[in-house]
Amino acid sequence: MELRDRNKLLYGRAGFGVSLGDDTQPRPIGDLVPGMFPGQQPDPLSVVTEAEWAEVMPRKEMDPQARKEKRTEMRQQLGELNLRWLNEMVTTPYPLLEKTSLFWHGHFACRIDNPYFQQRLLQDIRSNALGNFGDLLKAVSKSPAMLSFLNNQQNRKQHPNENFAREVMELFTLGRGHYSEDDIKEAARAFTGWGFDTNGSFIFRERAHDTGQKKLLGKKGNFTGDDVLDILLEQKQAATFITQKLYRYFVSDTRIDEGRVNELAKYFYHQDYDIGKLLARLFTEDWFYDEKNIGAKIKSPVELIVGYLRTVPLRFTNEKTPLQLQRILGQMLFAPPNVAGWPGGKSWIDSSSLVIRMRLPEALLGSKEINLQLKMLDTELADTSEKMEIHTTQFNLARAHPDWSNYVNYWKQQPLQTLPEALADYLLPVRLPGEKLEALKQFADKDTPEEYIKSLTILLMELPEYQLC
Amino acid sequence: MSVSRRKFVQLSALASASLLVPKFLKAFEYNPMPTAWSSEKVLVIIQLSGGNDGLNTIIPYRNDIYYKSRPKLAIDRATALALNDEAGIHPALQQIKALYDEGHVSILNGVGYPRPDRSHFRSMDIWQTGSRADELLTTGWIGRYLDENCTNCDSHNTRAIEVDDTLSLAMKGQGRSALAVSDVDKFYKAASDPFFKKMAATHAEAHENQLADYLYKTLHETVSSADYVFQQSKVYQTTQTYPDSALGKRMKMIGSLINAHADTKVYYVAHGSFDTHVGQMQRQEQLFKDLDHSIAALVADLKQNNRFSDVLIMTFSEFGRRVAQNASNGTDHGTANNMFMISGALKKAGLYNPLSDLTDLDEGDLRYQLDFKQVYATILDNWLAASSRNILNRKYDLLGFI
Repeated sequence: MELRDRNKLLYGRAGFGVSLGDDTQPRPIGDLVPGMFPGQQPDPLSVVTEAEWAEVMPRKEMDPQARKEKRTEMRQQLGELNLRWLNEMVTTPYPLLEKTSLFWHGHFACRIDNPYFQQRLLQDIRSNALGNFGDLLKAVSKSPAMLSFLNNQQNRKQHPNENFAREVMELFTLGRGHYSEDDIKEAARAFTGWGFDTNGSFIFRERAHDTGQKKLLGKKGNFTGDDVLDILLEQKQAATFITQKLYRYFVSDTRIDEGRVNELAKYFYHQDYDIGKLLARLFTEDWFYDEKNIGAKIKSPVELIVGYLRTVPLRFTNEKTPLQLQRILGQMLFAPPNVAGWPGGKSWIDSSSLVIRMRLPEALLGSKEINLQLKMLDTELADTSEKMEIHTTQFNLARAHPDWSNYVNYWKQQPLQTLPEALADYLLPVRLPGEKLEALKQFADKDTPEEYIKSLTILLMELPEYQLC
Repeated sequence: MSVSRRKFVQLSALASASLLVPKFLKAFEYNPMPTAWSSEKVLVIIQLSGGNDGLNTIIPYRNDIYYKSRPKLAIDRATALALNDEAGIHPALQQIKALYDEGHVSILNGVGYPRPDRSHFRSMDIWQTGSRADELLTTGWIGRYLDENCTNCDSHNTRAIEVDDTLSLAMKGQGRSALAVSDVDKFYKAASDPFFKKMAATHAEAHENQLADYLYKTLHETVSSADYVFQQSKVYQTTQTYPDSALGKRMKMIGSLINAHADTKVYYVAHGSFDTHVGQMQRQEQLFKDLDHSIAALVADLKQNNRFSDVLIMTFSEFGRRVAQNASNGTDHGTANNMFMISGALKKAGLYNPLSDLTDLDEGDLRYQLDFKQVYATILDNWLAASSRNILNRKYDLLGFI
């Protein structure tokens, strides 16, 4: 594969796509990869401080009206957090960090409507996303968000609740089939007493903890929750399970090369679960740039939206429009469908979501009206009970204001004859056959060079090929 | 800014989708008489979103516990429409009551599942996927029905239709999914965009890229499905009056497609929100009126065309509500609930099983008597001629309503 194509594949996978100018001077992969890792911890994305949170938190003694108002405020803050993170994905100089954080956000799926807890969990994820998996696992497992989502507050010596232990083993570390039901029961006993206080700080409630002996994965001892996590990390299967998922996320939806995965998993394990090292190696492997890996991923809705916004900046009259886009396309940050996260791959596409994806570019960039009905979310259901109208939510994208200036100025330098090909090469992961390129030209607006650039761009973004990366 | 594709619109109206089958899909040309789908049986699923209060739907009007638990919300005996000595139906469901008297309604009581979840989204997932509470499935029960039975439907994709803009999990399978259409004309217009058609027709299986092929196949299916649904929607003009509500319009579309003998086996529509934490009385009544009139119009439409015995209408909700009312004249999330089965071909009409026992509660909530997966299994085996064992991954005892 040519170096330019290698660069494009890398930008598409380790980030959210090529930026203007990226492709003019291709650089050797070995030079490019180290620069993708930020040298320091990311600044937290913060929409609510701890002090503000204490004010906003709904309390039992409040009357129903006041509690309802608090809930509305919480939902707004969660929306703000969502938009902050989305904006970070669009503007960051380190897309790899956000792309990898998005992976962990699905891996450690957590659906609670508490914005402060979600904000802390996101920070735990972003600050460990490229660090050590063991640290990440421990930070997430002790976060108030996950402890409350997986009911570990209710996990007590007298009444063990297995939910947390089950998900830690099934979804966070080992995967189905690599532990027994007894292992879950014993691990649940070890996690008894793990909880958080009203400020969301982790606490270990000694009186609720079962100090007795436990048997877990062939080991015996008076294990605590920390011991359980260490024992799980000792299992080579944990490295294999995580590496497999990372491979699927960064390399291919459709083809898993077991040999490559095992090789990488071994490396990951021996590097003490250093995620950054694992990814740096993955991106510098020659096989990563095999032809068959081109276009082997379907963009998730969030990747798609971030891609739109990175290509041509958009301002929305209604600033919540990106939230509605996430919902209509089927991936809302902070609201994964269940504890297993988003299934991804082909499941993003059905006939209606494909048509919506193909119509959005014209709505966003060509100011064509599009009206769609949103399904209700549970968090909104509670809210609508007082409004007596039958609930339907419409959203309308006609009020998106694209800022084409940079984009058009850049592409104006391209000779008109080669413009369609150059744009196709810039926007699509795969090469467009000549026949399609010809059809594309027929449909484009040739009145002025500027309109030609815009209409070709919109048409290219509507193509099924644009859904791939 | 105008993309000049609009200049092509008139041209494209002449060319129907079938003329533009891409080369690589020629092998899958539509077969008008697929054998696996010879039966005319149709299922219409109405999802009552938000958790409908079953105790104020089918009212245990001889039960003191009911009245004591709901001082402001209970419906008194005189107001409820009597079904028998024990039970009445919500006064807004007048026409469903009339159908009940004709023997066209079967009411299943206490339908739920073990270890009920009170979160809307989780419990809705459990109902839509047909899973157990401790099991995570990523496909829906109707989606798996399509996977299993739709080996013959490659050229268009109309065996199951959700009347909405996006698909519910219930309708998504591993390899196949239902079609989402909320407005036939709009959908047809969107999907028959000349640029999309041209691209679908131009795609040749040149690449090795299997995902691109998958997307183009989906695109082609969508274009021909939109075409098919559009044609079918023009076959039959109803003379019935449906409510001028979102639900009414959707039911009207369902009626027109069924009466046109479209090849759709399952229709899915949602109605709500029933999440009545506050001020329940007024809201439930309003939603029920709409539901009652919409169902009545559909049934009348079907009867007029002798199709009522081919159609089963099923209602469900992700959970019922707690027995006791709350302080805001509403009810909070509960567990087991009732389901309506409405058809001209019921084997057992009336109250299918006894009302839930209010003296034997589980922390203030009803205990389930019937697993909802038994209901699905019954419909799959006895109505849709499918294999519930494969679709639900285990065998459930069937019920006798159809």
